[in-house]
Amino acid sequence: MAITQGDISQQLVDTSVWSDQDLANHGIPVFDVPFVSVGGGIGSFSMVDTLRIAGVTVDQIRVVSDLERPSQTYEYLASNSQIRTDHRLRSDSSSVIDCIWGWPGYALREAWGKKTPGVAMQVLLEPVAADYYTPKAGQVYESLNREAARISWTQMVAQGVVRHVRRRDRGDYFVLFTPPAGSASTKRMAFRTRFVHMAVGYPGVRFLDDLQQYRQQHNDYQRVVNAYEPHDHVYAEMRRRPCTVLVRGAGIVASRVLQRLIDDRDQHGAQTTIVHVFRNYPAGPQGDKATFRRPASKGWAYQGFNFPKAAWGGQIRDHLESLEGDARRDFIDAIGGTNTAPRKDWREQLDRGEAEGFYLQCRGQVQSVVPTPDTRQVRTVVGGSNDIPPTQYDTDFIIDATGLEGNIEEHRVVMDLLHHVGAGKNVKGRLDVERDFHVRGTDNGEGRIYASGSMTLGGYYAGVDSFLGLQYAALRIHDNLVGAGFGRRIGPGRSMSQWWKWARNTAI
Amino acid sequence: MTPTLSGRLQSRIVLLGTVGIVWTLLIGLVVPRPEGADTSGVYKALFTALLIVAVVGIVWELIYHALQQYRWEKDWPTIFGLVVAVPEGILAWTLLENGVPWDVGPVQASTFLTMFTTLWILIWAIANGPLQIVFLRWRYRGGRFIGGWG
Repeated sequence: MAITQGDISQQLVDTSVWSDQDLANHGIPVFDVPFVSVGGGIGSFSMVDTLRIAGVTVDQIRVVSDLERPSQTYEYLASNSQIRTDHRLRSDSSSVIDCIWGWPGYALREAWGKKTPGVAMQVLLEPVAADYYTPKAGQVYESLNREAARISWTQMVAQGVVRHVRRRDRGDYFVLFTPPAGSASTKRMAFRTRFVHMAVGYPGVRFLDDLQQYRQQHNDYQRVVNAYEPHDHVYAEMRRRPCTVLVRGAGIVASRVLQRLIDDRDQHGAQTTIVHVFRNYPAGPQGDKATFRRPASKGWAYQGFNFPKAAWGGQIRDHLESLEGDARRDFIDAIGGTNTAPRKDWREQLDRGEAEGFYLQCRGQVQSVVPTPDTRQVRTVVGGSNDIPPTQYDTDFIIDATGLEGNIEEHRVVMDLLHHVGAGKNVKGRLDVERDFHVRGTDNGEGRIYASGSMTLGGYYAGVDSFLGLQYAALRIHDNLVGAGFGRRIGPGRSMSQWWKWARNTAI
Repeated sequence: MTPTLSGRLQSRIVLLGTVGIVWTLLIGLVVPRPEGADTSGVYKALFTALLIVAVVGIVWELIYHALQQYRWEKDWPTIFGLVVAVPEGILAWTLLENGVPWDVGPVQASTFLTMFTTLWILIWAIANGPLQIVFLRWRYRGGRFIGGWG
C-alpha cells in the first residue's frame, strides 16, 4: 500500500494500536509532551488553568485547538442564541471560570468595578427576595481572556485539528492532528503523551427531526431556523413587517428567544405574534414528594440553573455519586430535563403577551410541518391530546429552541476512542467516565485519558456542562494526576499563595 | 451554599473552633463590661457563649438540614445564613442568662450582643467565599473538610 509521507494511511487508521515505527514509516513528526488537552475551548482552559496553578509548567502541556481563544465557540453559540456581550448568562455568581477559588464572585466584582452596590445586594438576597444574580457575558469573556494571558495560554496551544487518539504499543498515547495548511512541512503531526484530556464540547447542534426533514425536503433554511445557528435575519424581518413566529422548546434558549421577540415589540415597534408550542406542559409543580418538587407553571419548569444548585457540590452531588445504571439516568433526568430560570422580567413579558394576545401557547406533539398552499408561510399541525383537537398554525418563521444535542459518535475523535481505544458509553449514551473523569477502559500502561464537559453527561456528576462543572472536573482530574505523579496537589498553602498571585494578576 | 448535614456540622465546629476562638479573644478586650468586672470573668462569659453556639448549634443544624429538604435546589441561600442568627442569638442569650451550662455571673446584654453579632457576621462572611481560598475543595464537598472527596 502506498504511503504518502507526512500523512496517515487507511491501514494506519484501521490499526487500533500504533508504534513509534508506524509513525516514522509514515514520516509523521512526533513530539513528546506529558499532557495534551484536546479541544481548546473552555473545558481545556479550566483544566490547564488548574494544572498551571498546581505548578505544572508550560512545556509540560499542549492544547490542540483550532480556536483563536478559549471562549470562541461559547461566544458563537451564546451570540446566536441572542445572548450578546451585554446580556446575562445563566450562571451563578460564584461559578467564576477565570478563578478556580470562586471568590470574589462575578457579582462582587461587578459591584466593585461598576460601582453598583445593588448588584451585591441582589446576590445577598437571591433567590429568596431577588432573582439569581447572573454575570454579563462580556464580563465573563473579558476576565477569561485575562486569566488565559496570565497562565501563558497561547504558548501552550498547538494550532490544529485532532484526528485520532490512539494507544501506543509501549504505553501512553499518540494524539494525531492536522496543523493549519501551510504552517508545517507535513500534513499531520503527532504528540506522544502520557495523559490525554478530551474537552471537545458539544458533538453538534441537532434539529428536531420534523424540522430537519422540512428543511431538506423544501430547501428552506431561511424560515425554519435553529436558535444556535445564525438567524438574525428572522428578527430583522419581524421588525420590518408584522409576522407570526412559532417557537418550539421550553428551556433557557426558548426563554431568551421569546425575550428578544418581545423586546423588539417593546423597543422597536415590531408587531410580532408568537405561537409557542410545548410538547410537555407542566401546569403545576413537578414531583410527588414535598421534599422533591420543582416549581413549574404555565408550561415552564423553573430552577435557577440547569440542575438544582446542590448538584454541583451538595447533597444532590453526593446522591448522584452513589447511583448506578438506570437509577442514575432517571435521577439526572428528574433534576435536569427541560427547565428555565425564573426571571421576573420574563414572566412579566409573557403574562402581558398572553393578556394582549400576541403570545399564544399551544401544547401537543407536532404532527406535520409543510409549506402553506400559497408557499408564503409554514404550516405546523399540532396534534390533539387529552381531548384537544389538532390545530394548525400558519407562521412566517419557526425557531427551534429545543437545544437538542447530537450523538457523541458524530464527533470523529470521540468515535475513535469508542472504536479503537476501549472507551464505552454511559447510561445516557455519552462517554463513560469514573467519578474523577478518568475515561473507563482506556488506560495504557501508565497512560490515562480523561474527559470533561458535555460529552460526559450521564456520569456521576450532573453539572458537567457548566463553568463550575468544568472546574470541578479539572480539580478531580488534577487530584487523580497527582496520584499518578503529575503535578503537586493544591493544598491550603499553595492555594492561598496562588490566589494572591491571581488577585494581583501576576503571570505564572 | 449547598451544605450536606456533615458539612454543616464540620463547618460550624471548625469555624467556631478557629475564627471563633481568635475573635472571642480579641473582642474580649473591647466589649462593654460591668464596672469593676475583671477580664477573666468577661472571658468566662464569652467563651461559654461560644460553647453554647457550638453545641446547641448541632441541634440547629439538624433543624436547618430538615428544612433544606423542602427546597428543590437543596441549597441554603446566603441570606438564611444571616437571618438564623436571630433565633440562635436569642436562645444562646437565654441559656447564658439562666446559668446553662454553668453560672457565669452577671453579663450585660450589650457584651453578649457585641461578641455574638460581630462573630456571626465574620464567620458568615468567611464561609461565603474567602474560606474557599484556603480550602479549594470545600464548596464542592458541601462544607466538609473530611470526607466527600474521592
